[in-house]
Amino acid sequence: MQVTMTVNGTEVTRDVEPRLLLVHFLRETLGLTGTHWGCDTSNCGTCVVLVDGEPVKSCTQLAAMTAGHEVRTVEGMAAGGTLDPVQQGFMEEHGLQCGFCTPGMMLTARALLDRNPDPDEGEIREAISGQICRCTGYATIVRSIQWAAAHPAAETTDQEVRA
Amino acid sequence: MTTVQERSPMPQEREPNPAMTAADRPIGYGRVQRKEDPRFIRGKGRYLDDIVLPGMLHGAVLRSPMAHARLVSIDTTEALAHPKVHAVITGKDLEGLNLAWAPTLSADTMAVLATDKVRFQGQEVAFVVAEDRYSARDALELIDVEYEQLPVVIDARRALEPGTAVIRDDKDGQTDNHIFDWEAGDKAETEAVFARADVVVSEDVVYPRVHPAPMETCGAIADYDPIDGKLTLYETTQAPHAHRTLYAMVAGIPEHKIRVIAGDIGGGFGNKVGIYPGYICAVVGSIVTGKPVKWVEDRSENLMSTSFARDYLMRGEIAATKDGKILAVRTHVLADHGAFNATAQPTKYPAGFFSIFTGSYDLEAAYCSVTGVYTNKAPGGVAYACSFRVTEAVYLVERMVDVLAQRLEMDPAELRLKNFIRPEQFPYKNKTGWEYDSGDYEPALRMCMEQIGYADLRQEQAEKRARGELMGIGVSFFTETVGAGPRKHFDIVGLGMADGAEVRVHPTGKAVVRLSVQTQGQGHETTFAQIVAEELGIPPEDIEVVHGDTDQTPFGLGTYGSRSTPVSGGAVALAARKVRDKAKAIAAAMLETRPEDLEWEKGRFFVKGDPSAAKTISEIALGAHGTVALPEGVDGNLDAEVTYDPPNLTFPFGAYICVVDIDAGTGKVKVRRFVAVDDCGTRINPMIVEGQIHGGLADGVGMALMEFIGFDEQGNCLGGSFMDYLIPTALEVPDWELGATVTPSPHHPIGAKGIGESATVGSPPAVVNAVVDALAPFGVTHMDMPCTPARVWAAMQGRATPPI
Repeated sequence: MQVTMTVNGTEVTRDVEPRLLLVHFLRETLGLTGTHWGCDTSNCGTCVVLVDGEPVKSCTQLAAMTAGHEVRTVEGMAAGGTLDPVQQGFMEEHGLQCGFCTPGMMLTARALLDRNPDPDEGEIREAISGQICRCTGYATIVRSIQWAAAHPAAETTDQEVRA
Repeated sequence: MTTVQERSPMPQEREPNPAMTAADRPIGYGRVQRKEDPRFIRGKGRYLDDIVLPGMLHGAVLRSPMAHARLVSIDTTEALAHPKVHAVITGKDLEGLNLAWAPTLSADTMAVLATDKVRFQGQEVAFVVAEDRYSARDALELIDVEYEQLPVVIDARRALEPGTAVIRDDKDGQTDNHIFDWEAGDKAETEAVFARADVVVSEDVVYPRVHPAPMETCGAIADYDPIDGKLTLYETTQAPHAHRTLYAMVAGIPEHKIRVIAGDIGGGFGNKVGIYPGYICAVVGSIVTGKPVKWVEDRSENLMSTSFARDYLMRGEIAATKDGKILAVRTHVLADHGAFNATAQPTKYPAGFFSIFTGSYDLEAAYCSVTGVYTNKAPGGVAYACSFRVTEAVYLVERMVDVLAQRLEMDPAELRLKNFIRPEQFPYKNKTGWEYDSGDYEPALRMCMEQIGYADLRQEQAEKRARGELMGIGVSFFTETVGAGPRKHFDIVGLGMADGAEVRVHPTGKAVVRLSVQTQGQGHETTFAQIVAEELGIPPEDIEVVHGDTDQTPFGLGTYGSRSTPVSGGAVALAARKVRDKAKAIAAAMLETRPEDLEWEKGRFFVKGDPSAAKTISEIALGAHGTVALPEGVDGNLDAEVTYDPPNLTFPFGAYICVVDIDAGTGKVKVRRFVAVDDCGTRINPMIVEGQIHGGLADGVGMALMEFIGFDEQGNCLGGSFMDYLIPTALEVPDWELGATVTPSPHHPIGAKGIGESATVGSPPAVVNAVVDALAPFGVTHMDMPCTPARVWAAMQGRATPPI
């Protein structure tokens, strides 16, 4: 079947099997491998992407169900070469180690800050509680999101960070 | 010893990160942002499943639904007829290649694909290769297997009973489920001390089966080139070189024709040390089909079939004087190794480094014996940041010290302070023969007590108890033994546990360092660059760290047992020092002086008494590769290679205190605070060290309160998904509060001891001691992990049963 959706601001149309999961559509059909897969049961959250701005576990949604919607993945976070403050916060506060849960965590953080620009620690922990990180023990993820909340304007360009 | 105290600073209180301003960025040790991060925050990591090779096929494993059954027949006809299936491989096919069985890391054998029987639920039975991952899974449904069910052995305590089904009847002469008996310490001496002790306490202490469950599951892509006979194997492995050698030994492919590549690894924690049947099947699949074959397990496969951790059933005993001097520790352990003895550990140590169960205390005697048995469960055992079973040892002794404190009605912190090995006793030889390199325990525990406000907390607890509220304070103090290790004592399947490193300074003064160890998130690309930076004065961003590719890196055994910094870190520091020595000779030639007239300051050599006559490392590098007349015996480069054979293990230590509140109505445990004071010797990058500690503390809370791989009587795994195997989220853990003392290792080139597993080892007893402390009013002296609400509530009724 044919599906059309907007991914990171670009409209894409592909022929897919009706059973194809959104996570596999993103990773394998579109080659956007920043979205990860970790559990199949909606528990781990490494597959989280934003659908119409809301965090969604893409391992539990079909590509077909996403037709007509707007999807944002980690590859769409740094707009115009400028890092999202959430991305910068994760580097500043050591919010990642192996990096596997990081894209999902950052997208959830982005959705949180979009609706609540000044969350307290409890609200941050609640927001990321559907996602598992095995490396960080979460404290530095919380601080990373606090850093982003305290620096709402992106300060570092993609170019500067890469250098 | 120096002390550093830090209370998790919040962002608004923190100084700007110096790494963001080049002017005051540390060139060497210090808090530096990670070189890995820019790719990960953009989703540009390159994990195994991200790799797509031209023409690549996908593999899937058919697994046994039964825990113990005879294989009567396998019919693959329908699966082979599937239009997208390229091959179906069974144990019979592998028998023809002599690959149906493979050696384990513990001198045993394991089935790659079952031929005679299945021995645990989830065991590999057949392998399908198809055009895409969905079709491969579809085809698994088309394979028809007939099983004849056999009696299962799940309870390790019954594995050796006469008449019990023999799991490993494939082994000549094996007539029961016994694997090994091992002991350490002096039995008679220990018995004598116990006989004259005022007080003896004993408990049955279970460290239940848990699983490392890294967020990225295990997988491999095998790409066999039939023309030049070369196998390129992309793998989720913590030990690429060891894997290559083992494949050469097992599969008969010459070692120089095997290239193992480990890209970014999404967490390992010991889960990615061994070679799993899926990897071997991918290799066979690629040879059979002539195309690259990718195999990636799903979460249930990861939890049900790959290396589990712990499963130690321990009887612990402590002998002491009535005023609280601990005299001796004694234990017997029943070690459940599952269906194949596949633990990854040094050959001479079937129970790993469990003999450090003597803990941090100055004892008169100690004795332990360990019996390993087969059961119808998945194989493994050494994983989940356990430092080769140190975690079981520390849990046992730290739980037992609390049992003693409760019996003597002494404060558990005071009891520990009274019994510590004193600083002047180091290097300290313990009663099982290990030589602790350095330690200064009392300041660490005192710092921890002060930071958490121990006296005030005890006061609060007394007040709450009077009101019937349940609050517990748990203390633990651990000494780890990591950094295996000296080649004369430590090998894995005959490979000595040394590691190589190579440092090259390019003509323009930039450098590359090549490592044998493999990061899974620990930040090697940053810390190893910092070690070279510290030794040579080259900025870390000018040093490329190459790892994870056997064609590009020197041989070594890999990353597990907290060995990267102690072993590979030593290799890198010594290689950099060799470069510096060479640079000195070249600088002398360039400055037309003698090497002994030169002095080093980070980044340059200068003539003693004349700092203006100097050559920087960059200038020397250009000189080495240029036209400078080199001294006799000095090659025209600035390169060096070292294989580091450590003289001893390293012994990090730490003091942890945990505060819990328990809901008396539901048994739910809430971890209110957790203070961890760690001493890992020299800290290369404090930010990364703290990150390692944070992760391990969450592991400890998880194991203590939630995580458990259980089985029913039929051998069905009850922890086979993240719906059942519970891992802490951000809501179950507190904000960690850290402190540090620094007691460098005297024998290590940079004094570093390793930190990767300390917190995973040290935190479970702190949490459980806190829970038991909270439940003391109910007469509870011990309860086993996991302290789930139901189990805590049962303990309050005097009905908690061990999780076996």
